[in-house]
This record gives sequence, C-alpha cells and structure tokens, in this order.
Amino acid sequence: MTLIVYSEKCTGCGACVEACPFGVLSLEGERLVIGEGCTACGACVEVCEAGALALAEAEGPSPRPEVPPDGIWVFAEQRHGRLAPVTLELLGEARRLAGELAVPVAGVLLGDRVAELAPELFRAGADKVYVAEHPALAEFVEGPFTAALTEMAARFRPEILLAGATYVGRAFIPQVAAALRTGLTADCTAFAIDRERRLLLQTRPAFGGNIMATIITPRTYPQMATARPGVFRRLAEPYADAGQVVPVELSSLQEPGPCTFVGTVEEVRERLPLSEAEVIVAGGRGLKEARHFRLLEELAELLGGAVGATRAAVDAGWIPYSHQIGQTGKTVAPKLYIAVGISGAVQHLAGIQSSDFIVAINKDPDAPIFKVADIGLVGDLFEIVPALIAAIRRDRG
Amino acid sequence: MKIIVCIKQVPETDKVRLDPETHTLIREGVQAIINPFDLYALEAGLRLREARGGQVTLLSMGPPQAEAALREALGYGAESAVLLSDKAFAGADTWATALTLAHAVRKLGGADLIVTGKQAIDGDTAQVGPMLATVLGVPYVAWARKLTLTDDTVLEVERLLDHGYDALRVRLPAVVSVVKEISEPRVPSFKAKMQAKKAVIPTWTLADLGLDPREVGLAGSFTQVVRVFPPPARGASEVWTGDPQELATRLWARLKELGRR
Ligand SMILES: Cc1cc2nc3c(=O)[nH]c(=O)nc-3n(C[C@H](O)[C@H](O)[C@H](O)COP(=O)(O)OP(=O)(O)OC[C@H]3O[C@@H](n4cnc5c(N)ncnc54)[C@H](O)[C@@H]3O)c2cc1C
Ligand SMILES: Nc1ncnc2c1ncn2[C@@H]1O[C@H](COP(=O)(O)O)[C@@H](O)[C@H]1O
Repeated sequence: MTLIVYSEKCTGCGACVEACPFGVLSLEGERLVIGEGCTACGACVEVCEAGALALAEAEGPSPRPEVPPDGIWVFAEQRHGRLAPVTLELLGEARRLAGELAVPVAGVLLGDRVAELAPELFRAGADKVYVAEHPALAEFVEGPFTAALTEMAARFRPEILLAGATYVGRAFIPQVAAALRTGLTADCTAFAIDRERRLLLQTRPAFGGNIMATIITPRTYPQMATARPGVFRRLAEPYADAGQVVPVELSSLQEPGPCTFVGTVEEVRERLPLSEAEVIVAGGRGLKEARHFRLLEELAELLGGAVGATRAAVDAGWIPYSHQIGQTGKTVAPKLYIAVGISGAVQHLAGIQSSDFIVAINKDPDAPIFKVADIGLVGDLFEIVPALIAAIRRDRG
Repeated sequence: MKIIVCIKQVPETDKVRLDPETHTLIREGVQAIINPFDLYALEAGLRLREARGGQVTLLSMGPPQAEAALREALGYGAESAVLLSDKAFAGADTWATALTLAHAVRKLGGADLIVTGKQAIDGDTAQVGPMLATVLGVPYVAWARKLTLTDDTVLEVERLLDHGYDALRVRLPAVVSVVKEISEPRVPSFKAKMQAKKAVIPTWTLADLGLDPREVGLAGSFTQVVRVFPPPARGASEVWTGDPQELATRLWARLKELGRR
C-alpha cells in the first residue's frame, strides 16, 4: 500500500500533519509533502475531511496467494520433555482464533524423543500434532530447529504460525520467517481476526511499551508471530484426550551443520521461574543491600511467588541477572506484581506492563511507578514489608 | 579477521510517547542515540579484533542523520563505517532491513563474523540479526555472553536461554547477537574520537547495492503497520499514605479480596 495525495482536493488544512503518528507529513506552503518513513498506516486518511488522501494498493511484488490449507500452527516449545507454559497459553489462544476462521489447530513438536507430549497438546487445544524427532533436535540450536520448522511449514502450509516470544522462539523463528519469505511480528500481546480480509491482526508494544502497534502480514503466508509468555490464557477445560499424531521424516537434517551443541554450562535453578509465577515480588535500589532481598523472599514465599529485580539491583550485585525484569531482562505477566523500592523507569515498566495487578511500595510520592500501579503505598519499605509479612502470618494463624 | 558490527540509530525510548488525544508521536526533546545494545556488539567486535587481529567495519541503514551514530561509534575504535541510506529504504520492516544489510555485507566482500545487538530499543524485535543470517545463508547464534575464537574459523559461544547458559561451537562465517553480560563498552579514547571526526563515511544507495526498489523499504516489507495507539490505560491508581502498619493491614485485606490466601 502507498499513500496518495489528490492535490486538487487538498485544502492545506494540516489535519493530516497533526494526525501522522510518524511525523512524516508536512506542508510546504499549501502543498502536502510525504516525507521518509511513511508506513501507509492510514491515520491521515481517516482525518482528511476533503478526501484528498487515499491508500492505494501498490503494484506489490505479488498479489495475495490463495489461503493455505493447514490452519493455525503453534510451535510447541519443550526442553528435555517439559513443555514451556507459553505453548499451552498459545494453544488456548489459537483455539479462539481458529473458531473465527473455521480451521484446525496443530501443535508442532521438535526434539529427540517428544512424541509422548502429544496428549498434553490435545488437552490444551490441538486437533493435530506434528512430531519431528531427530538427535540433532535434542538440544536447542538455531540451525537444525530452523531447518526442521521451515521444511514442515513449506510442506504442510499453515495459514498462521505462532510461537512463544521466549529466548528460544525469538532466536530461531525469525530465521524460519526469512526462509519462508514471509513477515513476522515480535512479542505480540493481542491477536484478532479481520474477517473481511481474513487477516491476523497482531498487536504489540513498541518503544519500550510507550506505544502499541497493530501489524498485519497482508501478502504472504504463513502469517507469523511470536507471543509474549503469560499474556494469553490457556483453556479452562481440556479440549480433547486424543487427536491425530503426524510423524514427520525430515530431509533437511542429514549432515551435522556448521553449529553444534557442546553442553550446558550453567543451569539457573529457580524454585519457581519468573515466567511461571502468579505472584512476583520485585526489589530495586531502594533495598539498599543484598541481604535485604531476604525480606522479599519471605514475602514471595508466603504468597507462593517468585522474586524479581530491577537492573539497578542486579548491577549492584544484590541478585543474579536471571531475576532481572524489564527491557534488558525478562518480560513477566503475573496476576500480582509487587514493586518494592522501584522507581518505575520505562525500561523496567516495559517488562511488567502485562501484569494483571500492580502494587508499589515507595517512599517517594512522585515515583513514576505510582502512575502504573493499581495500588501505591507511600512509605518506607523497611516498615511496610515487615508489617505486611506480619499481617499475613497473623491472619493465617 | 573481518568483523562487521551492525549499528542502529534509535530515538531515546523513555522520551517517546503518544499524545493520548491526537495519537501522534510527541517528538520534542527526543534525541537520537546509538542503540545501547549495539555498543555491546561493538565492544565484542573490538575485543575479538584485539585478540586475533583484523578489522571492524560498522554498518547501519537509516536516514542521513544516522551518520552521526556511525561517527560516534567509530570513536570507540572501529576501522571503517558504511551508511546505507536512500529514500527507497524508508519504512522497511525487519525483513527488508535484513535484506538491505545483506546486500551491503556482500558488497563489502563478506565477513568472518557479524555481530549485532540483542535488539533495537525502538522496535524491540530482535529479528534483524537472525534474518540477516538467513539471507546470507550462514549460521546464527543468539544471546551470546561470551565469544572465544579457537582459531580463525571456529567460534565458541556461551549463550543465554531460559534455563541458563549453553555452550555452542560454530564454524565461521556466522552472525551472532550479544547480551550485555558480554563486557561493558569501553570509554572511547580521545585519539580515536578525533580520528572519527575526520573519517569519511561512504553512503551507499539503492543503486550502489544493485537492489530493486520493490525489494526494499515499505514496498519490500512483508509486514505492515495498520494502527498505532497509546497503551491501554491501567485502571485508576489508588495511592495510599499513612501509618505503615495500617497500610500493610489494608493491603493484605485488599489482596485477599483479589483472591490471595
Ligand atoms: C538500554 C537500557 C536498558 C535497561 N533495561 C532495564 C531492565 O531491563 N530492567 C530494569 O529494571 N532497568 C533497566 N534499565 C535501567 C532503568 O533505566 C533504571 O535505571 C532502573 O530500572 C532503576 O532501578 P530502580 O528502580 O531499582 O532504582 P532507582 O531508580 O534508584 O529507584 C529506587 C527507588 O526506591 C525508592 N526507595 C529508596 N529507599 C526506599 C525505602 N526505604 N522505602 C521505600 N522506597 C524506597 C526510591 O524512592 C526510588 O524510587 C535499562 C536502562 C537502559 C538505558
Ligand atoms: N537499520 C539497521 N542498521 C543496522 N543494524 C541494524 C538495523 N536494524 C537493526 N540492526 C541490528 O540488528 C539488531 C536487532 O535489531 P531489531 O531486530 O530491530 O531489534 C540491532 O541491535 C542492530 O545490531
């Protein structure tokens, strides 16, 4: 699509210049100029009362091909036989989308011995499970995973392909999209179907979460997206006990590739991984010292949650990097997020904006965290947190 | 060793906001900076060069102003820089960006190693590096915290995944993305900064890269932005002040209403 200006209709009112989210429109005298960076988003077309602006289909490289036959695929991420929770969340979301499109949902398992995970995928929402087993897929390495999923998608042709925006998903799904010559939207937090055009509307945060953007893949298939863990809901009831298992023989994995797995050098052992915790108690520079994180651990334990931290606390060496939340760390989406001694810098907020409920404890009433918190407690954390722990204990007897 | 480091100029994201009424980007006071994660990529490239000899070339696609980012980055001690800039590149998605960068890499005669940042802080996609690798047909390894060259053809990588850190061995040429644990960016030396001021940074256009206008920019993008809007407002914040004991008791009562036990 490209933006066209009917200059004879343009009144030079400037409404479009105001409306352009990318600031690429300007008036030179009465003449409207489209600068670099127009994404043909159409915001200007909507506000133009004179009807001087329109979006035209560019003579694109290719018209939209026929809808592929194989419905919605969810890449079923697993490690050593344990499924990543986002897989089940995405199968739940895929069911909802599949209902609108009237297509089936398939899970795709890649690994060494993974077929036994198929029933879990059926319960979570899959009609069908593709299984590709190969020793080269025992541990995650970009090359073999890219080759395997690319080959399968090219052979069976899904209309939509979703994967978790985990370290694994974000490492190799872009390569699959590039190999299939199709678009990919990163780290989505909402999906919808445009029924009229039969398109997947993919919504994601950008600019550190200050802006949301809805993105489509209008001309190529599959329509691909990675999705933020913890945002989508798994099905409340099991979908099915069984379904069709399709074993796939891969031809693209014959030789050892240029990149090989050597070994795991460090396992980050967490009692409860941040990505799976319903409650997260996170601490920042306000904790002052490493030993004060004990307080947060105590509170987290009482609430059945996990402990997170800001970059400032991690950089100070108070807690390992695996606990860092935010743009440079993990993105989380718990039911309850308790921010303790955290100012609320945008880079931190980027990682917590999908939380259901946020509580902030900070002694500075002007701290930005109070703008995003559902409840903000102004006060000294060293008084409030112990009192909260005591209140919970008292209540439980 | 021929090392290429990919650098993007980005707006400082803390400053970028949408006006909630008009839905337009508020650009006042928004500065353009080097994508902070790319400084880690640059540091990684410089250290490998220092260990094995060779040269580091910086590559960026962007508007003419992006030259400033390249010049600043040269001040850290890279040998050369190339800017890819053309009206036709505007509006590129990650695929079109990767394709354009790939053509520039080929024009540079290839590289033993291409290093990118973890992600760019404007789009936060982390897609350009892996797509670039695919277009070039070379292996890609994401999220490296440690890079060691055993000889000029094999790179050992330690990288972050959700479960911890894995070690991989990759035959060069390859593309890797690095996380910030790789090593803190150095402070640019005065001498290098002065040299960077005078450096000639060539700009390559569509024609220089031998690309078709339909392959690049908005026209060559597979994805399209159809709408931008401010994030949904969270429910109105309640701010409580008062005696810490009372605040704590009140908070626990509320958390119980919300289903905590
Ligand atoms: C490219 C880039 C990426 C980044 N990525 C991340 C990221 O992923 N995650 C991240 O967290 N940050 C990230 N940052 C850093 C971010 O900008 C902030 O510096 C950081 O989040 C601040 O951490 P903080 O809130 O713990 O510290 P501060 O900003 O120092 O805030 C401490 C807060 O504690 C309060 N406090 C102090 N004492 C008490 C007390 N006794 N009781 C109650 N309150 C108290 C203070 O009022 C203050 O508000 C990034 C920065 C950049 C440039
Ligand atoms: N326009 C660009 N020019 C040069 N390098 C880029 C460009 N866009 C992205 N990159 C590189 O790719 C990495 C990931 O960016 P992104 O996929 O946009 O999150 C960045 O850290 C850069 O190293």
